[in-house]
Amino acid sequence: MADTAHAAHVGAHLETHSETSTGLDSRKLAIWTFIGSECLFFASLIGTYLVYRGRSLVGPFPHEEWVSPAGVHFEPILEIKLVTVGTALLLFSSLFVVLALNGAQRGRRGQLLTWLGMTILCGMFFIGMQVYEFTHFVHKGLTIKTNLFGASFFTLTGFHGTHVTIGVIWLITVFILALRRKLPPEKALNLEIAALYWHFVDVVWVVIFPVVYLMK
Amino acid sequence: MDAQVAATPGTTPLDHDHDHPGPAVYVKIGIILFILTALEVAVYEVGYNHADAGFGAVLHPVVVPVLLLLSACKFALVAMFYMHLKSDSRLFSGVFVFPLVIAAVIICALVALFFYLHSLHY
Repeated sequence: MADTAHAAHVGAHLETHSETSTGLDSRKLAIWTFIGSECLFFASLIGTYLVYRGRSLVGPFPHEEWVSPAGVHFEPILEIKLVTVGTALLLFSSLFVVLALNGAQRGRRGQLLTWLGMTILCGMFFIGMQVYEFTHFVHKGLTIKTNLFGASFFTLTGFHGTHVTIGVIWLITVFILALRRKLPPEKALNLEIAALYWHFVDVVWVVIFPVVYLMK
Repeated sequence: MDAQVAATPGTTPLDHDHDHPGPAVYVKIGIILFILTALEVAVYEVGYNHADAGFGAVLHPVVVPVLLLLSACKFALVAMFYMHLKSDSRLFSGVFVFPLVIAAVIICALVALFFYLHSLHY
């Protein structure tokens, strides 16, 4: 009886994964190809940030104080402590999503829902941190038009934040599928693909964090 | 197929196809990533804010390479263990690493080119 059920389960798995010339699932190869192209996209943004680094003629500056010609004093603009917390949460979210995937692959619904929910919460906190940071910068006089630092900073971190937002929306849709019991083990690849995108967003931040916030 | 059917009940064929690490490994990697992030911030604090004496003075000239090294370690750990490149097909690694190398070359070339152009103008 158990063997029959498992055979049916394997059959369903084979049905969902059509044969390919590589022997690999096309959707997984597609997401890896997309991630490869995204590497080039973020490389151009990070390269631009590095090229313009230290070239701003007027403040506010990331790590130095500045006094404007009108005599207004500006503090260094970056908030390292806040962003460190955001960075740690994004790293933990990567751990949580692999634990959720592990649960999905083993048919452990409780594990899947708990860790996926935690991942979504961490992602939302990160977005909240970035919204607060951007608002704070604008109030302190730094906008995308202020100087080269503002232009390259908002473009780079803004595009990353957009990717995080898309990732959170994607994970929420997978979470809803799991809640409706539409994510059985044989469909765990749906979560694995979303998780790969989420990990990529995380590794991009692993590069952005030291380059933008920690290097003077 | 028989081998898959005879596999441990409750597991899926996917487990046997990819041989992904288990939760214990994931947690260990998570702890290492957290420690590396704490190290990055410590290097920043000591290397820049306490650079006038002691270990800070030694660390100050190498802060950037140390930060880049720590970042590369974190990147590699996430890619190998969380993105499963260590255990998945090498085709996925190729599809990811090849553009990554081009990306690194683009960044280095841009920085070198603009550094050279800047030295001409000022």
